[in-house]
Amino acid sequence: MTSILLFLAGLIGFGAWWLAKQRITAKPWLEEGIAGEFPGGGATSLPAAKIGLGVFLAVVGALFALFISAYSMRMGMSDWRSVPMPRLLWPNTGMLIMSSVALQWALVSVRRDDMDVVRACLLAAGAFSVAFLAGQLLVWRQLSETGYLLTGNPANSFFYLITGLHGLHMLGGLVALGRATDRSWRSDAPSRVALSVELCALYWHFLLLVWLVLLNLLTGWADEFVDICRALLT
Amino acid sequence: MVDVPLGPAGVIPPAEVEDMELYHPHSWVTKYVFSQDAKVIAIQYSATALGVGLVALVLSWLMRLQLGFPGVFSFIDANAYYQYITMHGMMMVVYVLTALFLGGFGNYLIPLMIGARDMVFPYANMLSFWLYLLAVLVLMASFFVPGGPTGAGWTLYPPQAIMTGTPGGQDWGIILMLVSLMIFIVGFTMGGLNYVVTVLQARARGMTLMRMPLTVWGIFTASFMALLAFPALFVGAVMMLFDRVLGTSFFMPAIVEMGQPLERGGGSPLLFQHLFWFFGHPEVYIVALPAFGIVSDLISTHARRNIFGYRMMVWAILIIGALSFVVWAHHMYVSGMNPYFGFFFATTTLIIAVPTAIKVYNWILTLWRGDIHLNVPMLFALGFIVTFVNGGLTGLFLGNVVVDVPLSDTMFVVAHFHMVMGVAPILVIFGAIYHWYPKVTGRMLNDALGKLHFWVTFLGAYAIFFPMHYLGLMGVPRRYHEMGGMAFVPPSAQTLNAFITVVALVVGFVQLLFVFNLIWSLRHGRPAGGNPWRATTLEWQTPETPPPHGNWGKELPVVYRWAYDYSVPGADQDFVPQNQASITRAAPEPAS
Repeated sequence: MTSILLFLAGLIGFGAWWLAKQRITAKPWLEEGIAGEFPGGGATSLPAAKIGLGVFLAVVGALFALFISAYSMRMGMSDWRSVPMPRLLWPNTGMLIMSSVALQWALVSVRRDDMDVVRACLLAAGAFSVAFLAGQLLVWRQLSETGYLLTGNPANSFFYLITGLHGLHMLGGLVALGRATDRSWRSDAPSRVALSVELCALYWHFLLLVWLVLLNLLTGWADEFVDICRALLT
Repeated sequence: MVDVPLGPAGVIPPAEVEDMELYHPHSWVTKYVFSQDAKVIAIQYSATALGVGLVALVLSWLMRLQLGFPGVFSFIDANAYYQYITMHGMMMVVYVLTALFLGGFGNYLIPLMIGARDMVFPYANMLSFWLYLLAVLVLMASFFVPGGPTGAGWTLYPPQAIMTGTPGGQDWGIILMLVSLMIFIVGFTMGGLNYVVTVLQARARGMTLMRMPLTVWGIFTASFMALLAFPALFVGAVMMLFDRVLGTSFFMPAIVEMGQPLERGGGSPLLFQHLFWFFGHPEVYIVALPAFGIVSDLISTHARRNIFGYRMMVWAILIIGALSFVVWAHHMYVSGMNPYFGFFFATTTLIIAVPTAIKVYNWILTLWRGDIHLNVPMLFALGFIVTFVNGGLTGLFLGNVVVDVPLSDTMFVVAHFHMVMGVAPILVIFGAIYHWYPKVTGRMLNDALGKLHFWVTFLGAYAIFFPMHYLGLMGVPRRYHEMGGMAFVPPSAQTLNAFITVVALVVGFVQLLFVFNLIWSLRHGRPAGGNPWRATTLEWQTPETPPPHGNWGKELPVVYRWAYDYSVPGADQDFVPQNQASITRAAPEPAS
């Protein structure tokens, strides 16, 4: 359960830092009058949707941290047989990086009022993401053809489950991306899509980060790191 | 004190938070069925949860009938008994308490108490309720499928939860349970995002965090915890569903069933316990923190005194929220874990008692020399304090490894968690319903019925659960369908069990009286007016009661003070609403 605890510790640290800025030591019974006279404690200027996405990403992060916890607990047992990593995972990772880059580019272009580039970037990001998902399905097929079936070994089960869940999150993101793309074709005003593009970019960067962590875990590079952590803890 | 003059002719400065654009319903269906108004959603959530609660209540009757009069009711065999236990537990913890506190009270009170027009994502809020209803329907469907609902115990421990001997293990029961939980969690996540972001972003001008009523603090913190804890249950449920349906072995060790080795192996049942309790323990506080908050407000209002130690109360809520994530393994002392782990978790468990005790002291100090009005909400609030302390004290017993090991799996544990997590929060829910029903409907609940409801429920709960501690100390095991020939259990235990059953039936019937009161008072209750309790918080200051869609009419309220200005010295009334700019005084007082 180390990884989920580390994740939570990070969140709690962030929460404590944020609360410290909210004048949580104020004595409200002495402070009468409208809040403007007392600094802090108001709402932020960020749009609600962005904060909502931030909280949602914390939830998704907790979900994956829990899977990683479960994975590493199981991995410690003696009968663990790792899944060989198909080469195809590398181009897939490349696709994911490209889609993230495309969205970042779209975000920059929105700020520059360049709607044509925004549309092209959104489409490209969608195409790269679909390519990533297709690639992941191919990886599943390659594995099952070489005999690494879902039920064969807990390592296989974890591999399919974790990659599948990551893919599902990407699919959900594609719905939002599709709506943003649709809106970008209907209107020429960058302000209409600015927020959607920003949120999509944030979500994609997050999914890329999660994928890189998962890839490290699934390929076993994280093993040494986990061993070091374990040695430190015991 | 700083006196803030209003502008000329009461002109209110513009809101710091942009006024939100409301969704305007066009038909009866979008107004009352697929509604995006948090208040309607709150009522939908509460009504559904109370319905589930009644089903769970009937299940507890059936269990008590079997325990009190074993063998008399032939339809309650061992399998049925386990199914009742499982469904009663899961329904009460997840589908009643969590849904009522967060979905019900959260939806109703958050926007009103912080001066917002609605939740920030009304559409997701609506989806949240409908997913919850779907989860309830899936769960209820398991009563009607072949094999019946799962009988794995509410903790659903593998491997037995998905094996042949367990009711529903190889039938539909466990599948429906897991699917229902997953739907619930997805739905809750949508609601939870709303509660959190609304508190962060939609507070009225002047409503700083430290001016929020403790109810909002409790629900806010609990929503955050639920958002982070429910994924653990989700992960466990997904993996178990894979084990059951697709034949994986996440939780299934090599195992022999009915003399036949199964094609499983390599899974870890302990992994599920970790995941389950990583959700399960915060869940206790997900239920308790809103209860703490609500009780603070009830006590302050009905004792006409400001809450004692407001800052401590807020900090305690936050500290309890954080600590509750590092105590989960105290549910697993008997799972064969490393004793040093047990020591660590015993320590963290006992540390939680510190902020909790601070809260209890502050409630008592709030009451001290207060002008206590013993009306129905106050009675329930006082009942909660007593019950929570009682349940908490037995928690100190069970939190220690050496005491827990012999008491584990006895009736003592059942008595403990029913006192602290069953009776105590339910008392708060009742108190809160009596308190806010006038705002929701514009009419008071019947007082005489309310007092009867309180006294029978309160005394009845003690008559049920105090003897149960004693049974547990005698060694009567929990989860047993009948005692059989246990030499160490004297026959008098059976008499006590019969007594508990009779009381449980009576207490249960009084709850039906409460439901009758809820329905009867809708039409025949005394008209309440806008602020019957003369309370300070914003929800009592709405221009109309019940508040219409959008809550506040034309102008959002502006907040000038904290939520607990009761009995301010020199003021001409014994309460000053949060949106009142300056205190009208009988005689002028020097500013300090």
